[in-house]
Formats: sequence, structure tokens, C-alpha cells
Amino acid sequence: MLQITCPWCGPRNETEFSFGGESHIIRPVRPESISDRDWSDYQFLRENPKGTHYERWQHRFGCRQWINVARDTLSHEIYSVYPMGDPKPVFDRKEALL
Amino acid sequence: MNAAKQSSRLHKGGHINRQKQLNFTFNGSLYQGYEGDTLASALLANDVHLIGRGMKFHRPRGILSAGPEEPNGLVKLGQGGREEPNARATTQPLYEGLVAESQNCWPSVKWDVGALLDFCSSLWPAGFYNKTFIWPNWHWYEHFVRRAAGLGTLPTEDDPDTYSHRYAHCDYLICGGGWAGLEAAHNMAKSGQRVMVVEQSADWGGSLLASSDQDDITQLQKTLRELHGMANVTLLNSATAVGFFDHNMVSVVEKVCPHHLDHSGPRERLWKIRATEVVLATGAIEQPVVFPNNDRPGIMLASAVVQYLNHYGVACGRNVAIVTNNDSAYQTAFDLHAAGIKIAAIIDSRPQCTSDSSQQAEALGIRVLFNAIPLNTVGRKRIRAVQVADCSTGKALTQLGKKGLIACDCLAMSGGWQPAVHLFSQARGKLRYDEKLAAFVPDQYPDNVRVVGRALAGRYEVKRFIPTFKPAKQWLDFQHDVTLQDIDIAVQEDYVSVEHLKRYTTTGMSVDQGKTSNINALTALAERTGKAIADVGTTTFRPFYMPVTLGTIAGRRRGALYAPTRQTPMHQLLKQAGAEFWDYGHWQRPAAYPQAQETLHAAMQREALAVRNSVGIYDGSPLGKIEVRGPDAAEFLNRLYINNVHSLKPGKARYGMMLDEKGIVIDDGIFVRLNESDFLVHTTSGNAEHILAWMEEWQQCEWPDLNVLIRSVTTQWANATISGPNARKVLEQLDSDIDLSNEDFPHMSFREGLFSNSNSDAEDVPVRIMRASFTGEMGYEINVPSSYGAALWQNLMTAGRAFEITPYGVESLMILRSEKGYLHVGADTDGRTIPDDIGWSGPIKNKQADFIGKRSLLLAEQQRQDRFQYVGIEPVNGQQELTMGSHIINSEMHSAPAESQGYVTSAFYSPNLNRWIALGLVKSGRARIGEGINIFHRGKTSPAKIVAPLFFDQEGGRLHV
Repeated sequence: MLQITCPWCGPRNETEFSFGGESHIIRPVRPESISDRDWSDYQFLRENPKGTHYERWQHRFGCRQWINVARDTLSHEIYSVYPMGDPKPVFDRKEALL
Repeated sequence: MNAAKQSSRLHKGGHINRQKQLNFTFNGSLYQGYEGDTLASALLANDVHLIGRGMKFHRPRGILSAGPEEPNGLVKLGQGGREEPNARATTQPLYEGLVAESQNCWPSVKWDVGALLDFCSSLWPAGFYNKTFIWPNWHWYEHFVRRAAGLGTLPTEDDPDTYSHRYAHCDYLICGGGWAGLEAAHNMAKSGQRVMVVEQSADWGGSLLASSDQDDITQLQKTLRELHGMANVTLLNSATAVGFFDHNMVSVVEKVCPHHLDHSGPRERLWKIRATEVVLATGAIEQPVVFPNNDRPGIMLASAVVQYLNHYGVACGRNVAIVTNNDSAYQTAFDLHAAGIKIAAIIDSRPQCTSDSSQQAEALGIRVLFNAIPLNTVGRKRIRAVQVADCSTGKALTQLGKKGLIACDCLAMSGGWQPAVHLFSQARGKLRYDEKLAAFVPDQYPDNVRVVGRALAGRYEVKRFIPTFKPAKQWLDFQHDVTLQDIDIAVQEDYVSVEHLKRYTTTGMSVDQGKTSNINALTALAERTGKAIADVGTTTFRPFYMPVTLGTIAGRRRGALYAPTRQTPMHQLLKQAGAEFWDYGHWQRPAAYPQAQETLHAAMQREALAVRNSVGIYDGSPLGKIEVRGPDAAEFLNRLYINNVHSLKPGKARYGMMLDEKGIVIDDGIFVRLNESDFLVHTTSGNAEHILAWMEEWQQCEWPDLNVLIRSVTTQWANATISGPNARKVLEQLDSDIDLSNEDFPHMSFREGLFSNSNSDAEDVPVRIMRASFTGEMGYEINVPSSYGAALWQNLMTAGRAFEITPYGVESLMILRSEKGYLHVGADTDGRTIPDDIGWSGPIKNKQADFIGKRSLLLAEQQRQDRFQYVGIEPVNGQQELTMGSHIINSEMHSAPAESQGYVTSAFYSPNLNRWIALGLVKSGRARIGEGINIFHRGKTSPAKIVAPLFFDQEGGRLHV
């Protein structure tokens, strides 16, 4: 079971959170002006990396805040937890920034 | 019955309490043992070696080990609800009155009919099932095979015990309370760090307890005393670390009362321990030696024989033969010899020892045979003799007599030591095959995990020998009855991957997970395929290390505590009114209120009539209520609803619908504008939590710039809804400051005010009334703070007495709303339904702004005319029952197969129309209104007609009076 450090509540078990999929997906500003294909890509196209995955979680049974998590899909190591709206931190694989 | 004497108990030695004698029964016979015994040691003390029968061939089996790796000594423990199948005799502490029975045998362990299978065992090799039970198909055989398969039987009574879960955190978690673990704990605890030590056995010390050296024991006791005295150390015995999960979360199963004497607390406790660092002191498991008929009772691991000797004061035999491929078993021989037990011979498959052990043996007068391996064993229910062969020739050693036989009543074998790397591997540590030790040892470590003691590496060099001669079966997996012959068949059939081999032969797949068989099996595979063992590799080690009972996994979540239940503030009053409660989501709500002799169906009909004829009262408290407040609330909701939110005036309510980004309808409900900046959103009861989360996600992740506060007030407000032509007359009798006239308070509007409290000293009660309807009648949804919910219900019942106010339940409401064609999202819609399918394209055409899901509605697929659309369905014969889920087929089709053109989503007998009505989703439904169809249900068809989804009060006049 993962341990995720909520920026507001501290280290908590995964069971307190719900997973929200890949983060940093930008909703098109004017959906009606884009092609069907672009609209489908926005909805369905997701990264499936072996390595760092940028994803969002909600501390649903806690403060109910959404947070971003950079997690290694291979080792489950969590490199960073950062607020919604912050840019993607860049990692040099194992050498986490934080 | 006479109690047998403990004939194999030595007069002295062992860490048992000889002052405390315990009685127990095994297969109906009474025996005695001592406090500190395990069931296995007590049985062996009584010279009982025959414990059970093999799973496949029902061969007699005895105790092999002295620990959790035991493959044979599985018994049915306890009685009634506390019966436990597959309990390990080797780990079960003895207690007064223990009752155990053999498994897998009938009529008894001594005379087992199933053993006939053994005499035709050549018919049952690996892959037998896959090859034999294929014609005409597996299901013909499944019932019989399932009866014959499996280990033990399930108890039939409910388990009366409780099980619990507990979380813990520490700096160091030490798995294993042997010497290495205790020493590590002692070192770490000195710095003041929080240390937890878990030990699977009831006794601390691990294999040290098998030592004949008194200094070892003294040192152990001293260390234990000191650890017990440290406040920062938690010692848990009878607690097995069973799984290693992400981020150093280790699950530990603690047998709280392994003696089954005290039932006041939980029987087992599942610990979930998160440790900064985990220290694995899990020890090593001795492996059996592969030779023909190596599974007879009396053939045991050498480490077990010495453990029974030194830990329990039990002689497993009086004339013991030793079979080994390493030096460790020599110590067993020396300890047995010192205890006065005869050593028949040491049979060593190597050309020589790696130490001076053989010289020591010879000095003691023990015969050592090198380059020797058992060719066979004799004795069906207990070993009587071992036939010894020369390793290189496979011929009997004639120096021992013509047949090469050596008499013995116990055979102690050592096939080398495999570190218990299960948890290390689960932690994603990588293993390396060590040629010298002939074992897989930890190599690449995961972060924050260390390994100490024998789990790190065995102490003895091992030369493993897999015989090529086959006069009889040579067992690899005792528990699953897998032999060397099965490996040969698998290899012949090209199963060369270890993962495939495992599944084809089922080796290592029983409840012991191959703790004493995997190494031998893959050594054999490597040898047969000419590969290096390192290249063959191991199968994946998965949780759990030991079997875990379902009760322990469930913990407290059984029966009434399985899932939370929610009751409304009016619950007791509803119960008094005769409510039959059903579960709707987590809520317990009245389906209807059957009176005296009434059926539920009759109650639904009566209630639905009463609402239309006078007035009904309904507990709507679970209705989802979410407040959305702030300067950007209107804009926020405008992006979520398909409706125009900006145009809604304060005090007004509007029916709205939300879509997901794919354009699918996810919820509907009425939203209210309280004032310029504040809204109250109603969701369907079952969706209240989901829609709250939905709003939070969009607000926090997508539009954090919008200044909006979202909060659920579902349970803050109790809701009593009155509905029917006399609803206003009832409400008027309650003293409030709200003008209820139709002109001032029309349909689809909302008022906040105060109920004056009948007790003049008390404060007035805030009330929120929404005039809306899900029945088609004049309706008031009256909300008060939850604590006033029961009072509100009582007051309305009193006020409504003159109008015979009738409580109605959820199912009665379903009839009423179906008569009106009001859809129920989730029942009358499915995972494909878009607004146009249910006749809601209007609001979208009129709304310029974007909203969630709008873009998807423009896709060609969503514009098709042959989509499943929401319609009404009337049977041609109005008394013909319709059933939810029935399929719609063309009118000319009368039997299957026929194309399904949709299905019935709601169907009720309407008491107001005196006939059956239904709603459904039908292909091109709207264009087919008036068309005849057939309804297909369970092989029968009945004629019906597609109609508009509105059966009662077509003009809707009853809403606006």
C-alpha cells in the first residue's frame, strides 16, 4: 500500500485517497472549434510510462484536496507531491528533485 | 479410552514444562503432552507418526518439519464453528482439550479407501486432468473431480470468534525472532528508536531452541529479558509477517490466543505495520532429499529431528538413519547420539565432507557412507529400512548385505538450506543463485530493507544430487503429490519455463507454496534441460507467505458491520408506521408501508392511489443536497449543467441534467438559486457523494480561478415531502412565515423561512421549502435541520390526519413517477444515454456557452437517428404483466433468436389507470411511437405498443393548482 504525503495532512495510507488518472491534461478552451480527433485525444489518450508518471489523487477521506503526485510506475517510489496548477517537475529518473 | 504413555519422550531436556501435563485427542484417541509442546511434538512424543494422507494418491504421511513449512502435518483442528481446516500440527501450540483429526482420508487415516489410487498412480501423472477430462467436455467431470480435489473440508457453522485489524508504525520492523532478529533488535533499540519484532512461533529463539549448547540458551534468555524491559520495543510472538507491500508496509497475522482458551478478544489480528526500515531475519528452510519413496512417515528433515530432540525432548526414532548432502546433518547425528539414540548410518551423497565432521562421526562410532543415496525405503505406515545405493552406479551397496538394506525407524534428511527470501522478493529484492550453497540468496536490495542471519545465506556448502534411477516415485512436492516423474513428463512435453512447469505439474502450488519443494523441482528441471539453475530462475514469490484465514482479512467487517448503513432522522417513526426497509445505496429507506395483512405490492398500490386522491408523505432526507456559493457559483454551475444557469432568478428552481465529458447523462435533479451568488444543488440520493466529488474535481483541477465554495449539506437537512391535491392544506396548518398561495409560491420555486416553535420559549426553526414534484401532484419538499426531522414528520402527520395523509415509500414513488414518465437516471438511462435520447435536446440548442460533455454531443455517433431512445410501452392487454429487463423485438418476431431493439427499464401496475405501464429504451424509439412490438421475456412474447412516455395528466395541470 502506497504512503502518500498529503501537503496538508502529512503521510497517509493510499486507502484515504482516490486516484484521478494522469494529471496535466488541459481541457481545450474552445472544444467546439477543435476536430473530433483532438477531442477524442483529450478524453482518451493517456501516457503509460515505465517510469515517472504524473498523476492526480484526491485526499478523499481527509482534506478532500486534489494533489499532483509524481510516481515511478516501476518502483512505486513517489518523487514529489505538489499542488494542482504547479508545473510538472522534471526528474532525472532516480535522482529526485526534492 | 486409555491415555497412551508418552513413550518417545526423553526423560530430560527440552524447553517444555513437564509439571503441566495437557490432555488432547487425535482421531478420537486420548493422548498427553506438556505445556510448551506443539501438536506435532506431542504426537511424536506418543510415537504417532502417521498424521494424514497425501492429497492425490492418499499415501500415508507423517510429520516432515518442525515449522511453518510443514507440507504433511495438516489437521482439522477444533470443532463446530471454531473448526479450522489445514492447521499445521508443527506450529499449533498444544492446549488442554485440543481436538484434532486427520484429513483426506476415509474411513480413517490408517485404512483409507482413497489409497487405492496409489496402486494405479501411474495413471495419474502431470497434466492428467488436462488430457483426460476433455471429452465430451470438462463439465461432465467437474463435480466428481472437485470432490476429490482440495485439502481438508470447510467448516459448516458460523465462526463465533472475532477478528480485528490494527495499524502500527515504527522505525525498525524486524521479521523473525530467532537469534539474528533479537540481536538486531537489541542493537537498534539501544538508540531509542521504535522497534517492533514479530516471530511466527509462540517461542522466541527460532532454531537456537534446537541447540544443545546451554550457553546459547542463557544468552537468549538474557537478551529477551532486556528487550522486554525496553519501552521502545514491541515484541509480538505467534505473529507471522505474511506480506511485504509498497513503501515498507508489512502485514502481520497475529494469533492472539493460539491456545484457543480465551475467547474474549479477537482470535487473530491483522497488523499493518509501516516501518522506516525493515530487517528480515526470516531464517532458512531445510530442504528434503530426492530419492525413491522419500515420503514415508518417519522420514523427516534433519533440522526437525534435532528440534524435536532439543526443544521438546522427543525422540523421533530410536534408530535413526541420516541422509544428507551437506555437513549440517552431522550435528543432528551428534546430538542424537549424545541423547543415547542409535545412528543407523550417515548416508552422504558427496565424496567427502567439507569439514572434519566425518572424522568426528567415526570417532563416535557412527558409520558414514559417502557417494551413497537411498535407492528405496521400506515400510508403508512408518519407515522400517532404507536401501542404499552407490550414487554413480545406482546399484545397491552390497557391502551392507545383498539388498543394501539398513534398518531404521526414522530417517533424518538434509538437502541443504534455502534462505526464506519470500518477503525479500515481495519487496522487489533480486536474488542470485549461489552455487556453493546451492540456494537462492539476496543480491540486489530494495531501499530500506536489510537481511540478517541465515536469511542472508546458508552456513553449509551443499552438493545437490538428483537421481536418474526410478524404481519408485521420488517426491518433490509432498503436499501436492508431485514427483520427479512429473517433471520428466513436463520436460518431455517441452515445458521448459519454470513458470509453465509450476502450473503444469502444480508443484509448489499448494498451501505451503513450495517451501520444501521449489528448490528441488527447479534443480531437477535445470538438470533435465541441461541449463544452469541460475538460468532456470525461481517462480515469483507472492503474498501471502503463509495462508491467511478469510476471517482475518475481513476483520470486523462482517454481518452488520460489513458496510455502513445510514438511517434518516425519521427512522423510528417510519418503523412505527410499518415501513418495510430496503437498502438504497447505504440508506435504509421504506420501500412501502404494508399494514396488517397487506402485501408489499398491495401497499404500493394503496399508497400511490392515496397520493393522487388526497395527500401522501415521503421521507426525502437522503436526497443529495450540495451548496455551491460564491461570486462565480453561477458560472461554475453553468459549465456543469446542460441548462442555462445564469438566467435562473433567485427563489426559483430548475430541473437540470449533468453529463460526463463523453456526453452521457450522469445525474439529474433540481437546482435552486438562493440568491445572486448562492445555489442549492439537488442530486439523486445515490449520487450525492459522487456529484460532490465531481464538482470538487472540476473546481480544484480545472477551474481553480473560479471563486466557489462547495459543500455537502445532505445530512444537515431532514426532508419530508408532501404530495397530492391536499398538500397545501396540510402545510398551511404548520405555523410558518411563508406565504403558500399558488400565486406567491408557484411550482418550481423555493422559499426560506421559519417555523414558529410551539414551545414559545424555544427558538423558531429554520425551514427551506421547495415546491417541486416527482409524483405529478402538487408537492412541497420541506427541509428542516436534521435534529428537527422527527418533529417535522410528526407535525405533518398530525396536520394531515383530516386528509388521511398516507406515508409512501420509494417503490410507491416509482409507480407515481412512472405514470408521469419522469425518468430515473441509472434505471431508465444506461451508460450510453445522451440528453437527446431522453428528449432533452432543447436546452442544449438554446445554450450558447460550453459545458461538460457538449462537444461529444456533436460527434456523428451521437447524432444518429437509430439510437436507443426513451419511450413509454403499453401492453395490448392492459392486465398483461410487464417485467423490467424484458427485450423489445419486432412485432412479427415471436421467439428467439430475434434482434433486441431495446429493453424495458421500468414496469409497474398503475393503480390510477388500472393497467400495466412501462418505460424503456428502444431503438429509434421516438419515430416509432404508435408502432406495435413484442416484448420478449424468458422465452415468451407478448404484444405491446410504443407510446409517448407520459401516461397520466398529460397537460400537467395537477402540478400548478
